[in-house]
Amino acid sequence: MYEYDWSSIPGALPYLWEGMKVSLEITFVAIVAGIVWGTLLAMMRLSNLGPLSWFAAGYVNLFRSVPLVMVLLWFFLIVPQFLRAVLGLDPTTDTRLASAMVGFALFEAAYYSEIIRAGIQSVPKGQVAAAYALGMTYGQAMRLVILPQAFRNMVPLLLTQAIILFQDTSLVYVSALADFFGAAYKVGERDGRLVELLLFAGAVYFVICYSASYVVKRLHQGNGS
Amino acid sequence: MPLLELKDVSHAYDNHRVVEGLSFSLPRGAIGCLLGPSGCGKTTVLRCIAGFETISGGEIRLVGETVSGPGCHVPPEKRQVGMVFQDYALFPHLTVSDNIAFGLHRAEGAEKRRRVAELLDTVGLTGQGHKYPHELSGGQQQRVALARALAPRPHLLLLDEPFSNLDVDLRERLSLELRDILRASSITAILVTHDQHEAFAMADEIGIMHEGRIQQWDVPYNLYHKPANRFVADFVGQGVFLPGTVLNSRQVQIELGVLSGTIPTECGMGCVACGRGCRVSVLLRPDDIIHDDASAMKAEVVHKAFRGAEFLYTLRLASGARLLSLVPSHHNHAIGEKIGIRLDVDHVVAFRSAEAQPHQHEDRVRDAA
Repeated sequence: MYEYDWSSIPGALPYLWEGMKVSLEITFVAIVAGIVWGTLLAMMRLSNLGPLSWFAAGYVNLFRSVPLVMVLLWFFLIVPQFLRAVLGLDPTTDTRLASAMVGFALFEAAYYSEIIRAGIQSVPKGQVAAAYALGMTYGQAMRLVILPQAFRNMVPLLLTQAIILFQDTSLVYVSALADFFGAAYKVGERDGRLVELLLFAGAVYFVICYSASYVVKRLHQGNGS
Repeated sequence: MPLLELKDVSHAYDNHRVVEGLSFSLPRGAIGCLLGPSGCGKTTVLRCIAGFETISGGEIRLVGETVSGPGCHVPPEKRQVGMVFQDYALFPHLTVSDNIAFGLHRAEGAEKRRRVAELLDTVGLTGQGHKYPHELSGGQQQRVALARALAPRPHLLLLDEPFSNLDVDLRERLSLELRDILRASSITAILVTHDQHEAFAMADEIGIMHEGRIQQWDVPYNLYHKPANRFVADFVGQGVFLPGTVLNSRQVQIELGVLSGTIPTECGMGCVACGRGCRVSVLLRPDDIIHDDASAMKAEVVHKAFRGAEFLYTLRLASGARLLSLVPSHHNHAIGEKIGIRLDVDHVVAFRSAEAQPHQHEDRVRDAA
């Protein structure tokens, strides 16, 4: 029978918290950049200009059809070289965090753009016509009329996607970047207590994600009434 | 110079012609109306004027400028044309005040607030500016839509079936109110509706539309009393057609006797020249048939509809032809009873008989447009 020994966890908490900060940082950047880029992609996809629409459709289909792990690995290989070439960085500079952020942002943008596209389409066409009739340009109509309503309808979906994204950040362990999951793994290996650390990490992910889902659900119900 | 002028305007959706060769003009300050059954293209005309649709032929001029024409299409946001939509299309995420202020984006803060307050007052919603559209009743939402459209002082206001979402009581009251508001702001407006009561209550000039064409553009009185063709006669008001024979250019013989007046002849020859006794259909409105107990002319009551102040009787003549008659409601007759009637036809409305020349009718409708 396996003997559980949780004693290595308390001492490792500061290190695990550092890892959690990395996870949250990546999540936050990927959400913000993903929504901004996703909004642009959604608007391109819905535009009447063929090339823009094709580009957006191709982008979304590409990123939705490859595994996230692979995308992350590509970016660990490509982005550091790119950054060094463009910014003239020292080869020893650690660009793993930046690579992870770029990779997640570009990947998530594909998912966000589909949510946002559905959100934009959920706003009745008459709203755009009404904005035009009041002298608004396309940009103003989008910014002041369509997007505020679209985002209001989309909030629950966007948050749910953010929760999934938070869980997915654990995949950065392929680059040996110490996010929360990576930190837990390292502590477990060091102390030979991998099972305990992974169980603990799982419990933390569960508590955070389940509470967040509960909040989203309450929010959604509040909206629906 | 008319404020709005449409010349020979055509519009097609995927090669399907919805509007064809449409022309009319509207002077500044007038309220015009496009009236027709659903699917006649009237809303499309409105959308062409607003700039939401590109026309496939003809020209639209607004305040002397071509806004739609060959190789020219001014986008809707540059036309200064206000629109009240059928479903109002209020912005649900903005308050009433912000909705009204939406078109005033070029105005300064104080000026904007002043104008919003003024409009809230105009449409009778003073003090309701902080509410959201979903907190208002249908009638109130409609007023907000009106105030929002009026705020930027457009050259022209377009109203697409503005009362169709309201119940009948409110409809009548609001249409009169709306007319007063439009008059007070001395704005030129075009209303689209399928309801002739709304059209009559609101408009100075009405165009009857059918199959993408204007059948007659006229003042309400003439549409009812001098319809240009059989479609207009059928569509506006109630009435029946009785077969008749033209005796001469002043007289027509029908089952109930000889009617005198100017007989509109459509053959272009004149009855004196012809003398062949054209077969015509004579329009008889319910108010042309007067109930008179003393009259020797009798008709049998086959149906009656109580309207409060009056009955609308459907009567059968000896020949089997049916008539409608409006009778004050204290004359309560039973179905099957024979009652005396007489004619009080102020002016004769007659069209060449559709039965005699089945194909002529359609051609004539086209020519008349």
